[in-house]
Amino acid sequence: MPETDATTFDYAMPSLGADMDDGRVLEWHVAPGDTVHRGDLVALVETEKSDIDIEIWHDGIVDEFLVDVGDLVAVGTPIVRLRTLDGEPPPSGTPAPVAEPGAGPDEVEDVVSTVTRAASADAWRPPAATSGGRVPASPLARRRAAELGLDLGELHGSGPGGAVVDADVIAASTRAAVTAPSPATTSPRRSADTMRTMIAERMATANREIPHYHLTRDLDLGSLDAWLTERNAERPIAERILPAACFVRAVAVAAARHPELNGFWSDGRFEPADAVNVAMAISLRRGGLVTPKIERADERSVDEVMSALRELVAAARSGSLRASWMTGATITVTHLGDTGADLVHGVISPPQVALVGFGRTRSMPWVLGDDIVVRPVVTSSLAADHRATDGAIGSRFLATIADLLDQPEQL
Amino acid sequence: MSDTTQTATETATETTVELTYREAMREALHEALADDDRVFIMGEDVADYGGTYAVTKGLHEEFGRDRVRNTPLSESGFVGAGIGAALGGMRPIVEIMTVNFSLLALDQLVNTAATLLHMSGGQLDVPLVVRTTTGAGRQLAAQHSHSLEGWFAHVPGLKVVAPATPADARWMLPTALADPNPVIIFEHTGLYNERGPVDPAAGPADLDRAVVRRAGDHLTIVAWAGMLPKALTAADQLAESGISAEVIDLRSLRPIDLPTLATSVRRTNRALVLDEGWRTGGLNAEVAAAITEACFWTLDAPVARLASLEVPIPYARHLETAAIPQVDDIVTAARSLVGDADA
Amino acid sequence: MTTDHELQRRLLADMIRIRVFEERCAELYAESKIRGFLHLYIGEEAVASGVMSCLQPQDAVLATYREHGHALLRGVPAESIMSEMFGKATGCSGGRGGSMHLFDQEKRFYGGNAIVGGHLPLAVGLGLADRMLGREDVVTACFFGEGAMAEGEFHEAMNLAALWSVPVLFCCENNRYAMGTSLQSSESQIDLALKAASYSIPAWSVDGMDVMEVHRATQKALGAIRGGGGPMFIEFQTYRFRAHSMFDPDLYRDPDEVERWKQRDPITTFAGRLVADGVVDDDAVEAMWQAARDETESAVIAAEAAPIESVDTLLDHVIRVAVPAAEDPGDRTGSPSSEHEEPEHGTSADETAEDRAAADEAAEDELDEVWP
Repeated sequence: MPETDATTFDYAMPSLGADMDDGRVLEWHVAPGDTVHRGDLVALVETEKSDIDIEIWHDGIVDEFLVDVGDLVAVGTPIVRLRTLDGEPPPSGTPAPVAEPGAGPDEVEDVVSTVTRAASADAWRPPAATSGGRVPASPLARRRAAELGLDLGELHGSGPGGAVVDADVIAASTRAAVTAPSPATTSPRRSADTMRTMIAERMATANREIPHYHLTRDLDLGSLDAWLTERNAERPIAERILPAACFVRAVAVAAARHPELNGFWSDGRFEPADAVNVAMAISLRRGGLVTPKIERADERSVDEVMSALRELVAAARSGSLRASWMTGATITVTHLGDTGADLVHGVISPPQVALVGFGRTRSMPWVLGDDIVVRPVVTSSLAADHRATDGAIGSRFLATIADLLDQPEQL
Repeated sequence: MSDTTQTATETATETTVELTYREAMREALHEALADDDRVFIMGEDVADYGGTYAVTKGLHEEFGRDRVRNTPLSESGFVGAGIGAALGGMRPIVEIMTVNFSLLALDQLVNTAATLLHMSGGQLDVPLVVRTTTGAGRQLAAQHSHSLEGWFAHVPGLKVVAPATPADARWMLPTALADPNPVIIFEHTGLYNERGPVDPAAGPADLDRAVVRRAGDHLTIVAWAGMLPKALTAADQLAESGISAEVIDLRSLRPIDLPTLATSVRRTNRALVLDEGWRTGGLNAEVAAAITEACFWTLDAPVARLASLEVPIPYARHLETAAIPQVDDIVTAARSLVGDADA
Repeated sequence: MTTDHELQRRLLADMIRIRVFEERCAELYAESKIRGFLHLYIGEEAVASGVMSCLQPQDAVLATYREHGHALLRGVPAESIMSEMFGKATGCSGGRGGSMHLFDQEKRFYGGNAIVGGHLPLAVGLGLADRMLGREDVVTACFFGEGAMAEGEFHEAMNLAALWSVPVLFCCENNRYAMGTSLQSSESQIDLALKAASYSIPAWSVDGMDVMEVHRATQKALGAIRGGGGPMFIEFQTYRFRAHSMFDPDLYRDPDEVERWKQRDPITTFAGRLVADGVVDDDAVEAMWQAARDETESAVIAAEAAPIESVDTLLDHVIRVAVPAAEDPGDRTGSPSSEHEEPEHGTSADETAEDRAAADEAAEDELDEVWP
């Protein structure tokens, strides 16, 4: 439609009430060419409440109708154009053809929407620091922490006043790296399967993004068995060394010797870690998995590794794993023990680049020299990130582990 | 601020006298009339009859019928007149016989007294004091037994207080009179005969603070008006079985002194709110929600509330007793809150 | 004589001012600049003009939601009224009230009341205060529609007014329709003056379309009230030419009836008489219309340009914190020093917990000394 000029002005659908949003012209009382005066009724308009004759506020000559009879138009929509009477200026203050005037109530409504409602909601906030040794945590967070075996006091709280909320607990339990967990892993869920969901998401991500290669090597644990039997002979049960500790120690030493497998893939390249922190996968009785780490496992003796392992398992089972144990692992070991599988075909825990698995120990025929003997055999496996290493390195890594376990005095 | 922390069970000392709640309020009214010519009392039967609860007895003889002014049964009319008189420079104390009849004046109180300052953009103060009674317990049946102070506490523009001790009856009134806002004072009918220490020299008391009437560690009981003495009695009983209850007298129903409540609950980790009004949508709900918002992270149990059961107050004594929270109910609720195996 | 003519010119000009203002409001409402409810006084101007011209500065005025004209003639600036209806901070009620709640304490204009009949007890109270404080030359003028006479508050107020002999002039603007309900269908006794008189209040009925009649009756009543007299009641028979409010299709009135009353337009009939009597000429009348248009247009321009209040101060004006200073009974104007207002205690969002805790600590320490 042509713009108004100095001799024309528009008349808009008037607001007739607080709750009128729109109206429909039922009938025109004037025709183009008619002269109208202030106060004349120009149309019959249908509104939600009733039909009302509307009046015009200025003198003029009807030029053209801008809407059709029967059209539903919003209040403020121009409906008829008029020409001014000879010599008269168009009415000043005629509204521009917009639905609402500027600086009007609607503009303010948006501003107001969250103002004082939010304000009164936290009219009195708890102080940021709590006194008296009680960890502020939501009931849900407490329950979740108990489920996951975490100590509330060690957790960072992101809730009001530093309180620990559900999301904080979940984040701590699945975080296994220096980089921040993806939003998916920290989104608070309220189902009992949250850990499962977290694991699912991590595994899916790992599978999707990491080009895995897998190598295996069967190991003869005869020497290790003998060595352990001798060492454990005079020890009380609580101090005995388990094969698992030897595996962890072997992996740690091997990782120190093959640093390309001990570190993180991030931003398109490999960052070697400055320590060997071996994460041990521990399954929880109520289901799910945690992977707390043993720091600097390459610098500790087998006894120390064993005692660390004992502590971790106890903590995991009693729900008192420290948050600091849950992050910073540089390589992971999964030892399924006697649970049944021969081979761990693992999935790496990003952003690490390697996962070492050990299946069950089984009696197998073994060639020693020219003889076939029965030996305790375990299949070791390496799942590695092909972006960071190739099979040759992985292969050598497994060879190192095999050597260490074959000559356990080196552990 | 005046000494109103003493519990109702303490006896008079050298600096205090023992008065009934009624006597204390009468003294406050007497002082108000004597000290300020603008003050006048208006209400049904406040003059010769001496007031339906005998609070204003004798005042008209001393101050005359203009200043202790009987009104016809026109709650809306005389409350509105009170607002107008306040606008016109007087300091009226309007007595509405009971909160039950205040319903006839709700339009004046909610639509006019509470809104004039706001609607006028801050120009018009309404320095009106309304005194009315609340509560049940005397077999007066459904139309004479309401506890509706919560309705008034809902409305911005009003100040609402519930003095529950003789000391507060004495000293909250002068503060209310000096306040430029409309103040509604709720006096529980069962308190008029209660005796308690009043310091004649204490001076005007805080209108918007809650006060700890009894210190405790295991739970915080919040009460006002007629529930306060019951709470204190319950606390005594609880103490016998090793449960230490902190009892807070809310005193100010609007605004609610949340910091005092929260400071207590953060320490005791448990709260029990007592209300003679009905549970649904009652003032107890507001107090409980406010405490929960402020103390969630340190609560060891959900905030509990004890209020009248969902029934119009019945006439028969045993039924009325059963409908309203009693000391036994408070003790049981407290025990259950604390997790007492004997509860 | 000259004074009479001056008075007559003033009465005419005042009616014209109201008419122009109200018509412009109708237009502005149609343009969505004024929102909410709008109740126009068109046709009833003679009542406000006649009564308000008799009032003194010390008198008080209470009116309904159809009060623009009363406010204007009481001396509330047109700009202040228009800004209020635009919801601007410079409005006479700070933008907080709107069309139905115009207040001006300095002019003793107590609204602007939207509960039908709700302000009548207030009038009684204002009168009572005057009575008790010995202010014998003060009158409270209370305007209300005939619809209010069905409300209980009317009856309670009449009774109290008579009982306490308060100096109040009750001005019933009988425009025959309470919204869409005719007087005949809502009052068992339509002789309104008789109803008021039943409370032992002198009452009579006046042609509300004749501004001189209105003025004369009011002068007489005020003369009786001032100096110790009791309440009076005048029924002004009038008519509103427009519907109850903007959104009213006016289906309940016979168009012929409306037309008949329009023939008795208080402005054209009075102007005609004055011109015929030589008190004014046509040019002078036209000048009054123009002056009214200028006044209204300036008000619109000012209202358009005026700022809105910041939402940051939304919680102001709910509760006053400081006790007003210098409360001398004769002091009617609010002292500026009492302007200290704060958002309501307990709902302040900007108080931090630390502030509150610190304040509590301090308060508690302080209180410990007082409360052993």
